Amino acid sequence: MIDINESVMQFLLAFVVVGPLLGAAAALLPARPSPDHHPSTSRFAAPLLVTGLKGKSPEQAVLRHGVTVTGAVLIAAIVLALGFDHDQPSKMQATTDISWIPALDVRIHLGIDGISLPLLVLTALLTFLCALYSYFKMPSGPTPKAFVALLLVLESGTLATFAVLDLLLFFLAFEMVLIPMYFLIARWGGEGRTQAAWRFILYTLLGSVVMLLGLLLIGIEAGTFDMMALATDNGRSLTTSVQVIAVLSIGIGLAVKTPMWPLHSWLPDAHTAAPTVGSVLLAGVLLKMGTYGFVRILLPITPDGFRTFAPYLAAFAVVGIIYGSLACLALAKQGAKGDLKRLIAYSSVGHMGFVLLGIATMTPTGVNGALFANIAHGLITGLLFFLVGALKDRTGTTDLDTLAEKTGAALYAKTPRLGGLLAFGAVASLGLPGLAGFWGEMLALFGAFDPADDLSRPAFLTFMSIAAFGTLLTAAYLLVVVRRVCMGAVPQAAPKLADVQSYEFAAWTPLVALTVVAGLWPKALLGLTDPAVQQLLAGGTR
Amino acid sequence: MSSPAQSSAESLVQSVDWLAIAPPTIAAVVGLVVLVADLFLADSRKALLGWASVAGLAASTALLLPLLDGDRSTFCLTGAPDVCSYTADRFTLVIQFLVLGGALLAALLSVTALKDANKGLPEGEFWFLLLSSAAGAALLPASRDLATLIVALEVASLPAFALVGLRHGDRKSSEAALKFFLSSVTATAVSLMGISFVYASTGTLYLTQIADRIQDVDGQFHTLAQTGVVLTLVGFAFKTAAVPFHFWVPDTYIGAPLPVAAYLSVVGKAVGFSGLILVTVIALPSYADVWGPALAALAALTMTVGNVGALRQQGTRAYSAVRLLAWSSVGQAGYLLVPIAAAAYSDDAEKSIGSTVAYALMYAAVNLGAFAVAALVGRTRSLNRITDYRGLYAKNPLSALLLAFFLLCLAGLPPGIIGLFAKVTVFSAAVDAGLGWLAVVMAVNVVIALFYYLQWTTLLFRAPEGEAVEHRVPAPVTAAITITAVLGIALSGAPQLVLRFSDTGLF
Repeated sequence: MIDINESVMQFLLAFVVVGPLLGAAAALLPARPSPDHHPSTSRFAAPLLVTGLKGKSPEQAVLRHGVTVTGAVLIAAIVLALGFDHDQPSKMQATTDISWIPALDVRIHLGIDGISLPLLVLTALLTFLCALYSYFKMPSGPTPKAFVALLLVLESGTLATFAVLDLLLFFLAFEMVLIPMYFLIARWGGEGRTQAAWRFILYTLLGSVVMLLGLLLIGIEAGTFDMMALATDNGRSLTTSVQVIAVLSIGIGLAVKTPMWPLHSWLPDAHTAAPTVGSVLLAGVLLKMGTYGFVRILLPITPDGFRTFAPYLAAFAVVGIIYGSLACLALAKQGAKGDLKRLIAYSSVGHMGFVLLGIATMTPTGVNGALFANIAHGLITGLLFFLVGALKDRTGTTDLDTLAEKTGAALYAKTPRLGGLLAFGAVASLGLPGLAGFWGEMLALFGAFDPADDLSRPAFLTFMSIAAFGTLLTAAYLLVVVRRVCMGAVPQAAPKLADVQSYEFAAWTPLVALTVVAGLWPKALLGLTDPAVQQLLAGGTR
Repeated sequence: MSSPAQSSAESLVQSVDWLAIAPPTIAAVVGLVVLVADLFLADSRKALLGWASVAGLAASTALLLPLLDGDRSTFCLTGAPDVCSYTADRFTLVIQFLVLGGALLAALLSVTALKDANKGLPEGEFWFLLLSSAAGAALLPASRDLATLIVALEVASLPAFALVGLRHGDRKSSEAALKFFLSSVTATAVSLMGISFVYASTGTLYLTQIADRIQDVDGQFHTLAQTGVVLTLVGFAFKTAAVPFHFWVPDTYIGAPLPVAAYLSVVGKAVGFSGLILVTVIALPSYADVWGPALAALAALTMTVGNVGALRQQGTRAYSAVRLLAWSSVGQAGYLLVPIAAAAYSDDAEKSIGSTVAYALMYAAVNLGAFAVAALVGRTRSLNRITDYRGLYAKNPLSALLLAFFLLCLAGLPPGIIGLFAKVTVFSAAVDAGLGWLAVVMAVNVVIALFYYLQWTTLLFRAPEGEAVEHRVPAPVTAAITITAVLGIALSGAPQLVLRFSDTGLF
């Protein structure tokens, strides 16, 4: 949109990836005695952002440092998005390509195109909102210093995953989020956090080492780890059997992360135990790393292998949709002692099922839908986790039965704004036309209606109809949730609940606004992804 | 008239390249000097012995520098100048650097340990034994005939038995030494027998000549040669603590003074695997179909048993930290064996070997770092239980962060980037060689290992129990921790420093 010098773009992208790491290191430095100076962050400081935030204790200072760094990264990401040449979204832009470990042929190869740019911005945005939210509402746990440092490392790892174009670097970035997320859950989480954190890290690690084997197989057989070169090659230098093995092992690693049914079982526990910020980031961006890998690695690099597994992937995805919805219905039932966070986690399994279904169709329509649904899910589920976290802060529980008692929690009456937002989130999540949740799932279904030529159409038609049935189930449980949480009779002696605070508005408004914008103007996003997807499917990036 | 006499004298008297053999020689000479000096030094000045030994090890490490310019050989056959007993090529230099550097770090830790032991350990003997063992270990990678190899192996391990059992009147210490000794000697005897079989069937002890001649052994000697190969390998497998020759490890590590355990975990391993590399890749490439599968199976078993053993450690048990490091070092030995096994299947055996070397360098730095922090904690908590590390961050943030870094390097997860990429090279050696099953076994092991490493790491950042005791960190331990930390962090930034060995030939 605006013309920015290429080397500035390169710097911005490098800053987006490395900035949070430097920020994390700075956060760990011992605080200066004088709290007026926030610790050694002035070089990242965007003064505008900081002036509004008061608070002089060391804890506040380090939390503010987190806001500053994530804010600077967000600004850089937005400038990147503005400087991005929107006429050529299929072209890799702001690329950097430096040799790092010649022995393994690992290159620091960064770049963004229409597929990665939205995810990059989404990550920067969500992390910033999380940092802002925790500045006002620090999750109970050990020192905020470590919290901020972990948050920043997490951000760096996620951003790096979307920005790197080297298979081994992708693996490194993929692994980088494990330790911070583990500690965020294990140290700042709620009940059952230790178990949940272990489950999270062991599942994901097992998946990702298997993925590493697949990546190595590709790299060794094709002679390069460079994603662009491999994508241009479009699997021509890999035999079908190599591709099949590679897709199987990489797919398992990505499917654990996504998560795909039946490899999802770490997710509900992790979400339930994680602190609000952890849940938001886990659902909002970490899950996207899995689906992004499917699109960026498996589709262009190993098309033959992917074609073999596409029907199975679609089948698992559809089972995931139905399974997630049924699990949510069961949780939403009266007397089921359903936890709201767990419910949203299961709904994520369903939503990610749509994303996987879209990818499995191997058509531009389906993949575009998948990428759209990715972003939409990040926005909406991020918002929902924020809201549920706020609800927990006010009522002390996320247990649906405790909240709803006999008739319903009556948020509309007690806290009209929070209730309204929750209803908005739920309605957006069920895919109401005009909001972000609609387009992605509809396009994924369209894709399944007419899958790629070599895929069995009857099978995909079946998947499509089952998935369409899944949308009904989704609507059912979300409406049940809205009825039980937002409506109901107000008891006379109801304790006062605080309505939405201004900092909460600040953290949530961008998500609400973007949900509406993406719903009303899907072209903004599809215009970015479509050319890139077309090229990816046709044979590589330029 | 004089010229034939001169030439015959030349053929009898070998010219020795003293510079090439300087690194092991200096270590040995300093060892002897320290032993003698011990007799003449007053009790109050015994600390000098330690510093002299540290200086000696530093000097012999530094003497590797002038050798970098090219391959050197000495003690060659007069008839065939390319058949030598001692070769200082790149492989030799890298392993010597690893061994001498490891010994140097162990020596730094020992300085403090001896001081703390307060005459519980005899200083002169301790340093003599450590230096002799280091000299043997440095000789081993350079030896290119089976006799020198066995001599080096024994010079490296015999003093180690004594080091383990050195604590006067400590029952556990002497029991550990005895276990170590008996099992080791059995293994050596077995491999000596194997060597004699190989000698009988080929008529030479030089590795390169064996490689040539063993391919056309007489039909009737065929079984003999094969048996010889297997028996020879057994001895070296023992030294790397490969399963089923691992049972001595945990007891030995606990019984030994902590720096000696650190020494054994790194230098002892280096001795084992470099011997194994020489025997397999240089002497017996034609038997790759025998030792390849055997080593692959051994690697899989070793890593599984080691990691499961480490997993089963209870944090509250006495010495559980050292025990865990001991078992995990068995597991790591399994990873080290993977590329050697892969060398049997790969077209480019040297590249695979390079992966082992790169992994060993990474492992040496971070494992010694972990031991150094353990030595530090062990000064106040003599039981060295894992639970003693609870809340280390609150007491000593820097050492806690570093220990966490070392453990994550060992686990192979970021921020331990070098650990991750070292594992990647090992994996890629396995995948390259088509050993997919071994790669999968290793993948599962990496996950198991993560569990116990991360469990320990988490404990460091828990809220501490009881009062924090302030104490000064002794300078030698600080130096050891600093060196390993700098190495680990530098390598994480520029993994190419060690990984380049996996890309180029070493011999």
